[in-house]
Amino acid sequence: MHRSSAGPRDIQRHPWPVRITHWLMAVAILAMIGSGWRIYDASPIFPFRFPDGVTLGGDGETALAWHNDPGVASAIAWHFAAMWVLAASYVLFLLWGTLSGHFWRDFLPVGPRAFWRDFTAALRFRLPHRLGHYNAVQKVFYWGALLAVAVMILSGLAIWKPVQTYPLELAFGGFQGARLVHFLMMTAIVLFLVVHVTLVVLVPKTFVAMVIGRASERSHESELEDAR
Amino acid sequence: MKLDRRRVLGKTLSLGALTLLTGCDITDNDAVQRVLAGFSAWNDRVQAALFSGTRLAPTFPDHLAVKAFRYNAWYGPERAPRLDPADYRLTLAGLIADRRPWTIEQLYALPQVSQVTRHVCVEGWSMIGKWTGTPLRVFLERIGADTSARYVGFECADGYYEGIDMPTALHPQTIMAFRLSDEILPTKYGYPFKIRIPTKLGFKNPKFVTTVYVTNQQPRGFWTDRGYNWFSGI
Repeated sequence: MHRSSAGPRDIQRHPWPVRITHWLMAVAILAMIGSGWRIYDASPIFPFRFPDGVTLGGDGETALAWHNDPGVASAIAWHFAAMWVLAASYVLFLLWGTLSGHFWRDFLPVGPRAFWRDFTAALRFRLPHRLGHYNAVQKVFYWGALLAVAVMILSGLAIWKPVQTYPLELAFGGFQGARLVHFLMMTAIVLFLVVHVTLVVLVPKTFVAMVIGRASERSHESELEDAR
Repeated sequence: MKLDRRRVLGKTLSLGALTLLTGCDITDNDAVQRVLAGFSAWNDRVQAALFSGTRLAPTFPDHLAVKAFRYNAWYGPERAPRLDPADYRLTLAGLIADRRPWTIEQLYALPQVSQVTRHVCVEGWSMIGKWTGTPLRVFLERIGADTSARYVGFECADGYYEGIDMPTALHPQTIMAFRLSDEILPTKYGYPFKIRIPTKLGFKNPKFVTTVYVTNQQPRGFWTDRGYNWFSGI
């Protein structure tokens, strides 16, 4: 993001390519998580199922009457529709982030010491949020989320096409290995979303910036001066 | 801005309440179903383009083949149709030159190959088995089927019906499986034969086949009619 050099306000700007791809990815990821949970329920890997109410695949009774199944047909239809939206918006976001310099400018540099410093500060609620400035924890989280989605797409491809992309399946330790990786990456993404959305609720102006493209608040420096 | 523990707790709780309120599901809406069907048709085209007639499904050593293969149908194994070998006839229809029906003896006398391949269910489970039978391609050529047609369809004694694209029908690993684990296909697994297609999901492998037909109209499928993707290649 562009920073105001010496102004009294911190400014967060999100150009339209970021906003459009962000919201497309958000909708697609939510649809894929909800439908993925319903598909998981048809053949669980672990000794638990997701309640129908938190999944995407329609009403159980309706599905039984229409599809003679517990909602897997609709869930798969959702999953294999949303995957195109996710793949397309993810690739566009990567292209834009790389070519515009957004990734290099805002998500780098980041090192383990800076991460540890900001991480421990955040746990003690001592890490101030400044609009338009990314702390080391945020940087690591965004890289992690980008990586998790990439592994999600690759393991998903291995599950969707285990014959046509067999070498990919082998890289994940077989078909069931790919399912396990797909599940674990889903878990990572859900944890990211919980933290991400919680922080947005705590700093609502970041939501404003992601919708209309710009938000500002009194700069962190001037708040510190007032406190003295 | 400053974050304190009380604010974090309060906001997190209201966030949790918000997610509970969004429990409504738009899946059963007609317009949504139409959009999903549109994506499914697009996926049929993508999968047909990805499919290679020469790329083989992975095969495995014999000892990995599961003997007690998982039974799977929408009815229990006790309701599986028992076909009398003396009365059974395989009916041929559609774009086929020689449409004389086939007896089980005639079918079982065809040249056969074995494969140890993996059955992948749309639900997510998978199982390796050993199947033996005649490549569908050999049979289609024997009966003078028009292999330039687009589809091959199947009708089954249990009320099931399926259909596949011609490239998949001609794939070397698509077989009429007469045996499972070297035994004549037991009743509950689809006696007298099932169509075994290791490049498709399990539900595209019909059992108890009583009719084979060749057509240019895309055949309907039992599960496809219930919302599953038609091509369902893997």
